[in-house]
Amino acid sequence: MSDLHHRPAPADRPVVLSARSVWKVFGEDEAAFRARPGPNRAPAALERDGLVGAVQEASFDIARGEVFVIMGLSGSGKSTLLRCLTRLIEPTEGEILYHGEDILKLPEKPLAELRRTRMGMVFQHFALLPNRTVLGNIAFPLEVQGMARAEAEARARALVEVVGLSGREDRMPSQLSGGQQQRVGIARSLATDPEFWFLDEPFSALDPLIRADLQAEVLRLQREHQRTAIFVTHDLDEAIRLADRIAIMESGRIVQIGTAEDLVTRPATDYVRRFVAKVPPAKVIRVASLMSAEVMPDAVETVPAASTIAAVAPRLVAGSGPLAVTDASGLPVGCLDRQTALRTLAEGV
Amino acid sequence: MADTSPTSPAHQAGRTGAGRYAACAAAVAALFVLALLLPPALRDLPPAAVVPLADWTGDALNWFAREASIAGLPVSGITRAVASAAQWPIEALQVLLADGWAKGAGFNRVQIAPPLSWAGITMAAALLAWRISGRGLGLLTLGAGLYLALFGLWTSAMTTLASVLLCVIAALAIGLGIGIRAYRTPSVEPAVRAVLNVMQTVPIFSYLLPTLLLFGYGPSAALFATVVYALPPMVHATVLALRAVPAETLELAKMSGCSRHQTLWKVELPVAVPRLAIGLNQVVMMTLNMVIIASMIGAGGLGYDVLRALRRLDFGAGFEAGMGIVVLAVVLDRLTQTAARNRAQGRTGLWTRRDSLLALALLAVPTAASLAVPALAAWPKALTLTTAPFWNGAVSVINTHFYDALEAVRASVLIHVMNPLRDGLAALPWLAGVLALALAGWRLGGARLAGLLAGLSLFVVLTGYWQAAMGSVYLTLLAVLLALAVGMPFGIWAAGRPGLRHGIDLVLDTLQTLPTLVYLLPAVMLFRNGDFSALIAIASYAIAPAVRYAMAGMQHVPSERLEAAAMAGCSKWQSFVHVRLPAALPTLLLGVNQTVMMALSMLVIAALVGTRELGQDVFTALSRGETGPGIVAGLCVACIALSVDAILKSGASRAARHQGETHV
Repeated sequence: MSDLHHRPAPADRPVVLSARSVWKVFGEDEAAFRARPGPNRAPAALERDGLVGAVQEASFDIARGEVFVIMGLSGSGKSTLLRCLTRLIEPTEGEILYHGEDILKLPEKPLAELRRTRMGMVFQHFALLPNRTVLGNIAFPLEVQGMARAEAEARARALVEVVGLSGREDRMPSQLSGGQQQRVGIARSLATDPEFWFLDEPFSALDPLIRADLQAEVLRLQREHQRTAIFVTHDLDEAIRLADRIAIMESGRIVQIGTAEDLVTRPATDYVRRFVAKVPPAKVIRVASLMSAEVMPDAVETVPAASTIAAVAPRLVAGSGPLAVTDASGLPVGCLDRQTALRTLAEGV
Repeated sequence: MADTSPTSPAHQAGRTGAGRYAACAAAVAALFVLALLLPPALRDLPPAAVVPLADWTGDALNWFAREASIAGLPVSGITRAVASAAQWPIEALQVLLADGWAKGAGFNRVQIAPPLSWAGITMAAALLAWRISGRGLGLLTLGAGLYLALFGLWTSAMTTLASVLLCVIAALAIGLGIGIRAYRTPSVEPAVRAVLNVMQTVPIFSYLLPTLLLFGYGPSAALFATVVYALPPMVHATVLALRAVPAETLELAKMSGCSRHQTLWKVELPVAVPRLAIGLNQVVMMTLNMVIIASMIGAGGLGYDVLRALRRLDFGAGFEAGMGIVVLAVVLDRLTQTAARNRAQGRTGLWTRRDSLLALALLAVPTAASLAVPALAAWPKALTLTTAPFWNGAVSVINTHFYDALEAVRASVLIHVMNPLRDGLAALPWLAGVLALALAGWRLGGARLAGLLAGLSLFVVLTGYWQAAMGSVYLTLLAVLLALAVGMPFGIWAAGRPGLRHGIDLVLDTLQTLPTLVYLLPAVMLFRNGDFSALIAIASYAIAPAVRYAMAGMQHVPSERLEAAAMAGCSKWQSFVHVRLPAALPTLLLGVNQTVMMALSMLVIAALVGTRELGQDVFTALSRGETGPGIVAGLCVACIALSVDAILKSGASRAARHQGETHV
């Protein structure tokens, strides 16, 4: 993977989580893998010796508050990579750094403590405890921390409200719909107010309408409290909607890391190209990418630089002449040629 | 799994099946001829060649029980201490449920406190049944209590119940412990599973022997034997239940930072409860069966009543006590099953605090009142109902009027079927038997299975039980054939009638909950002691799985295949022969397997009516207190069971490879 197709973490925020050449190899002779020289680590060489490289040399940095989406088809190793990051699966080789500290070297106790206090996880099939009520499930991580029951329940009650399940505190999981169950799962994952938020295909077991609701819920929760989130999905639309950056995996390798716009406009491989082929460019290309740097001081109509072309489409078709582009603080930074923008809008439709 | 590769042995066998089987049959026939020409030592093992394993086992256990010492403490002292420690809770429960608290004996006996009143226990149990299930089970429980009280069986029933309660609690605790251990240390698990499999095939009496030797005749020996007997299903259920906890749930525990302790108590066990409850149901039923049998070594209770009646040939009393066992079994089964189902369906809150108070009141009020009204403590003897004369009368009417007919059936079956088969098998040279088994194993499952079967059969030969084992094979074979001949066609017929299914399921469930001893009664009432009664009893005990698996196999034929047959214009018969039967074959074979296992476990019980085979050896050893022969003969029964299991399982899995799936 060339650096051209590996967009680094945003420079304005500190890196909080890094993977360094992480390998996860399955097979009888996993232990002997470390002794293999580089050339012998090609997929064909591994296969010859009965090994499967589920994650191959994954390296990336994630900045504080970023939503980092790991995307791929089933069997691409995305869930394995997520589990390596949390050490639910022991990586065969590499380093997993949280604030520069390698958690692969942590003994069991401090690792449990790290998970107790700083990590939260949402599971694909919810993983609710069937013997506990909604409230009991949400309070579970707090209980594990050793918090007094009354305090734990009070915090859980507040979270029930946050995820919109008020009035259902005492229901059992079996009495809830799938969407409601995952709301409980989300509330539980946030109960300890974790710094790192892991979501493993959280919405793939839900039907499309509910999925959209819960994606909106995640965006809302991220707006209120920016956590460092690692989100695994096989759904490209979901990735585009939620991600700051997307890592695309193909049979164990990360083939590209970039924004949705990067993937569509500069796909690293044919695989990525085919993956994003159905995405209308206007949905991912941002105003900032199309604008010219000349500032128009007297423009009446303005568009924000961070918006996608699709988001400003109504304003594009409503008038004529160039539009002024403003940055997050409202200052003009350039201008957008209406024809260029409309041409982008027409592509891929 | 339609992709069986064309080179697989199974496929080849399918292609040239007829020829292969003919070759096999010829080989077996040749073996027989060869064996007859062999020197006599290869036909009947000379006594000098018998490995005296029975003596060694007996001596070793005797030495262990009488002379050995662990860390300076004599084992006999330890066992005596353990036995008297176990005596205490048994007596406490006995006082509470059956006898009340009394001082002195004979004329000096002073009753200090009455036992819990039968009316109180019945009402409290009915309340429990009503709350967790509904009116039906409530009424059933009420009826069961009234039956036991009014027919004068209450004290015996409570003695039995006290043992059951105690054994279930002990088996639960120990079984959970072993199960958790086996689940957590995967390296231990195969060993545990192997031991459990043997334990489940060793006949029930073999459990009584060592405990009798170690703990002496009495309730505590019965308690230990019962707990050991009921352990395997609990261990199995625990391992399975814990394994069934979803991987994601375990990941949740890890991600929440649970310690091992927290993971077990807050996550794994609570999530596993519904499946554990199924194990509880099995433990309760096995415990009841064993407690009934253990009456023989002094546990008392309903089983003792049945045995005593059988010895006096008082069929009426035996039948009544047997029905007492039946109602107790049905109520215990339904209660634990409902509890398990409620758990699995997440239905909680059925039993409230107020119900607990109400139940306590229901227990306390009649018990207190029984001080003034003795009828509430024990139903007065004068008012005891009995149907015994009726049953005795019925038996004598049958014997007077139908004696000739029954006797004709019995005699002709004995003369034309049973005796020839018995003599034929008895004449079978052991070498021919061993070789034939090994050959069958080799054809079905390769060298490994052949080795296993040869090893198991050689064990029987070398310990000197070959003749007795052939007796067991003869009785089991006939009983299984009878059960299959009746059960399978009925199951196949019933599978096509969905309206009947519920009723049949209920009957089968009930049949399978009945303790083994109960099955002997009607057979003995009609046909007296002997092989024929044993045959009838074994076959009727073993019939339930034959029916059940036949129904299951027929019902789960993929509907697409049936539609394909219909579209091809198959007649009903063609569709049955070409589609239904082949598809159901693996399940049917498993049904045969279950039937054989049930028959073998009944074999020992049938020894009570005077058969001549391994079961009788075990039973005789028990009555004489000969530990060694009892255990080794029991192991021989286990060898037969394991052989049949291995043969039929590999046959079933071969059939399944062709058909794609099994439905169990």
